[in-house]
Amino acid sequence: MTAALTRADVAPTASVKRRRHAPGWLAVLPLLVFTAIAFGIPAVAMLNGAFTVKDQATGASSYTAANLSTSLQGPYLTALLGSVKLSAISAALAAVLGLPLAQAVVTSRSRALREAVLTASGVLANFGGVPLAFAFVATLGNAGVLTVHLGLADKGWDLYSFWGLVIVYLYFLIPLMVLTITPALDGLRSQWREAARNNGATSVQYWRHVALPVLTPSLMGGFVLLFGSAFAAYATAAAMVGSAVPLVTLQIADAISGNVLIGQENVALALSLDMVLVAGLVMAVYLPLQRRSARWLDA
Amino acid sequence: MARRLTPWRWAVLGLAALYFLVPLGASVVFTVDVPGQGVTFDAYTQILSTDGFLSSLVLSLELAAATIAAVLLLMVPAVVALRLGAPKLRPVVEVICSLPLVVPPIAFVAGIATVLKWGPDHLSRTPLFQTFVAIQNPSFPVVLVLAYVVMALPFVYRALDSGLRAIDVRTLVEAARSCGASWPQSLVRAVLPNLRGALLNAAFLTLALVLGEFTVARLLGFQPFAVWIYNVGGSQAQMSVAVSVLSLLVTWALLLALAGAGGRTRTASSWG
Repeated sequence: MTAALTRADVAPTASVKRRRHAPGWLAVLPLLVFTAIAFGIPAVAMLNGAFTVKDQATGASSYTAANLSTSLQGPYLTALLGSVKLSAISAALAAVLGLPLAQAVVTSRSRALREAVLTASGVLANFGGVPLAFAFVATLGNAGVLTVHLGLADKGWDLYSFWGLVIVYLYFLIPLMVLTITPALDGLRSQWREAARNNGATSVQYWRHVALPVLTPSLMGGFVLLFGSAFAAYATAAAMVGSAVPLVTLQIADAISGNVLIGQENVALALSLDMVLVAGLVMAVYLPLQRRSARWLDA
Repeated sequence: MARRLTPWRWAVLGLAALYFLVPLGASVVFTVDVPGQGVTFDAYTQILSTDGFLSSLVLSLELAAATIAAVLLLMVPAVVALRLGAPKLRPVVEVICSLPLVVPPIAFVAGIATVLKWGPDHLSRTPLFQTFVAIQNPSFPVVLVLAYVVMALPFVYRALDSGLRAIDVRTLVEAARSCGASWPQSLVRAVLPNLRGALLNAAFLTLALVLGEFTVARLLGFQPFAVWIYNVGGSQAQMSVAVSVLSLLVTWALLLALAGAGGRTRTASSWG
């Protein structure tokens, strides 16, 4: 980059336009080259592999959609649907629970409370993965502190189940929701509430007819974001449930490690492609929603 | 209005505090109160002497340092150039920096594993094979740095972009240039000092990402910190929970230090 900028420097007589354009391209070029290698090659390999089957007898490979159809059948389909169900339920719960929490923080007059909750949310939203799983195993697992002291095991509690995972996922999804929805709640102007009250609206009516319609794009955007985050999560589930709950990320990890039937080696890549399609769909829904909610915040 | 809401607000905050603090408290109790041994701090005192702790932590820190250096070297010139003279490239860079969000880590690592298999399968007689071996060196796997840089792009882009939005780069650079500074000088001595908060923010998010990263490292067969915690969890439950609690506290301390240093901590972490 330094070289690029110096070159422009030795030609100070060049027109302003040229001087600005040449370094512009050259400064972005390393990024483009790097992504083409570090991201492009694996992406192409995944795409290519997802449509390739290797014949065991001859070693020749041929293009086919067999991997994709395998990835949408039997245990693989169960895992994919399990992931979608887990992500949708956790994201919906986190959105519903995160909204009142964010509202409680936003309407509070205490600046310290606001800063503390938002900083904590920043930490907890990134506190996924192995440490989170172990913290919950220590709390609610079979030998966990709460399980033992409250005798939860006798009441049928099992952390290593679908609902156990939901409870753990909420631990990083609710803070993520608080971070996402706080700017939108800040954008709700007190004049709107006052205007509604002056017209005789109750608090419920204000929320039903003014606040929620304004918040809807942000809420949906938040939900979609949480869905994507939960859908891509692997470490927490791997460290906690092993394979007790069928999830697509666990299936891919299994397949990469070689636990597949002969002739289905590339099914991991087909499953990855399925995931990319779902994540792409999530982004395609999220970006317009975010733009729409930004309209209210900038106003 | 605000007064009427107060009991409702305290109920919400109380429930949230309960949900978020109980697992942390219970984890500490779990590590200290071992069944059959009473209260003991062995789980914490034994961490340092446990096999693999130091080497995996050092590996993670090295990977983090390399990733931060690489991602900043790639991104800082690019985002500054977007402001200065190449606004047409903005959509290109934005798309590149959102791609990792569309490709989940597990799908990304599936692609990387496929590429790495080409080494022994197809390239064993070419010079490229040496490269493949070199980037998978277990004592410092460069392939992980490559993957982590890609995964950090969205966070770093957001952090730097919001930092640049707050300053007038063009005026700064023109002022520096008219005072006789060269291009590199004006970048290093006029723009970068004004970006300190954003750079710190980007570096911290990358550090947090690399220290906690598990998926790619485990599936490619390396053992940085998060994978070590996982492996230890199988045999020494108390210690793995103790390390988990400590790693959260360290992250927390880093973030608070960053907030104190004037970095804006919440804009960039909103992608989780």
